[in-house]
Amino acid sequence: MGYQWNWSIFGSTVPTGETTYLAWLLSGLQTTVLLSLSAWLVALALGCLVGVLRTVPGKALSGLAATYVEVFRNIPLLVQLFSWYFVLPEILPFGLGDAFKQQLSPLTQQFLAAMLCLAFFTSARVAEQVRAGINALPRGQKAAGLALGFTLPQTYRHVLLPMAFRLIVPPLTSEFLNIFKNSAVCSTIGLLELAAQGRQLVDYTAQPYESFIAVTLLYLVINVVVMGLMRIVEARTRVPGYLGGK
Amino acid sequence: MYEFDWSSIPGALPFLWEGMKVSLGITACAVLFGIAWGTLLAMARLSSIKPLAWLAAGYVNLFRAIPLVMVLLWFFLIVPQVLRGFFNLDPNTDVRLASALVGFALFEAAYYSEIIRAGIQSVPKGQISAASALGMSYAQAMRLVVLPQAFRNMVPLLLTQAIVLFQDTSLVYVSALADFFGAAYKVGDRDGRLVELLLFAGAVYFLICFAASQAVRHYQKKLNAHAAH
Repeated sequence: MGYQWNWSIFGSTVPTGETTYLAWLLSGLQTTVLLSLSAWLVALALGCLVGVLRTVPGKALSGLAATYVEVFRNIPLLVQLFSWYFVLPEILPFGLGDAFKQQLSPLTQQFLAAMLCLAFFTSARVAEQVRAGINALPRGQKAAGLALGFTLPQTYRHVLLPMAFRLIVPPLTSEFLNIFKNSAVCSTIGLLELAAQGRQLVDYTAQPYESFIAVTLLYLVINVVVMGLMRIVEARTRVPGYLGGK
Repeated sequence: MYEFDWSSIPGALPFLWEGMKVSLGITACAVLFGIAWGTLLAMARLSSIKPLAWLAAGYVNLFRAIPLVMVLLWFFLIVPQVLRGFFNLDPNTDVRLASALVGFALFEAAYYSEIIRAGIQSVPKGQISAASALGMSYAQAMRLVVLPQAFRNMVPLLLTQAIVLFQDTSLVYVSALADFFGAAYKVGDRDGRLVELLLFAGAVYFLICFAASQAVRHYQKKLNAHAAH
């Protein structure tokens, strides 16, 4: 065996000299968190929109929303990521693709592609939860809203969605956790997030165990923190009278 | 405007098919192993022997908290070295790919075990009582009474998970295994036709997964209709 454990490796400076390996890890963590949070916000917005469209009367809109969900659910995340990063800039019309490639720094390109990829990928899953939440409400709620003279958008806005959102907090928690885990895939396009920094540390320090254990622990920390936060949200939004309610 | 050129795909089809066979092979192995190991984990988790239940819970929660990419990197880069040191392996034997596959299967088993645990818990308690009243041991009751019913209810979920798993296999890309996605990427890189090959790969994955999920949905409807009678 003869492996030399050396946990102080994180304190030593990187070859270029300006910072420590620990700082590399933390910058990876920061990228992972920033990427996941920004993608999550976009995913929530898109997911709500598509989820609502899936439940509206009229075949055209709900069919379009269903297609959206099927496309983003049935193509592997890695293929989607490579498509955002390698394919889309090539085929965008009106010089948009060229602008993307020439005017943005490589770092921004990677981050943007990764963020959009995670956002769209997750939005399809959020949409399914939103749809399930709306469908779980008693049918009378919508009818009552309309009978009171609300328009359909008003019924959604004031009657259906406030209830549906509170019902779907638990499944959304697991999607929220997933987006952090899925962000690790973005290391494949060269984005220096947590997993990529871990790999880089292995190459630079020849202390693979310490690096991987540190990265794995950081993912566990993210997991625990997100679960803790969502538990608070769940407790606050719980609907009295429902199973799991107060 | 981008000029599409699909001409490198027809010639590459045999190579891509080899990759697809690898993807399907990994999927089949991981599904079988995942269900077998996942069943054991689920039973351990529901067992009345507390340490066993804690161990299983720890395993499942650990694997579910870590990204698949990290698990694959662990099993591709770290575990082979440990094995080599431990068993004094010949430096020429490359266990990295086998190790990555084992890691993939161990990871998916954690997800299967959660499905199976829910399935076992959906069987009414009276079934176990009835089995023990008939003189069956706990193991017999599990094998002959509980698990057959649990699995019947779980089939659609297990199949849906298999579709997710099939999509996950593309991530073995990080371990340099030539699966379907890896093959498509290689051809695209070689011919400078990455755009076409990636779109083609996406379309193939979509068709397979969409058809499979429609089939599962159809099957579930049939199952529900059957249960309603």
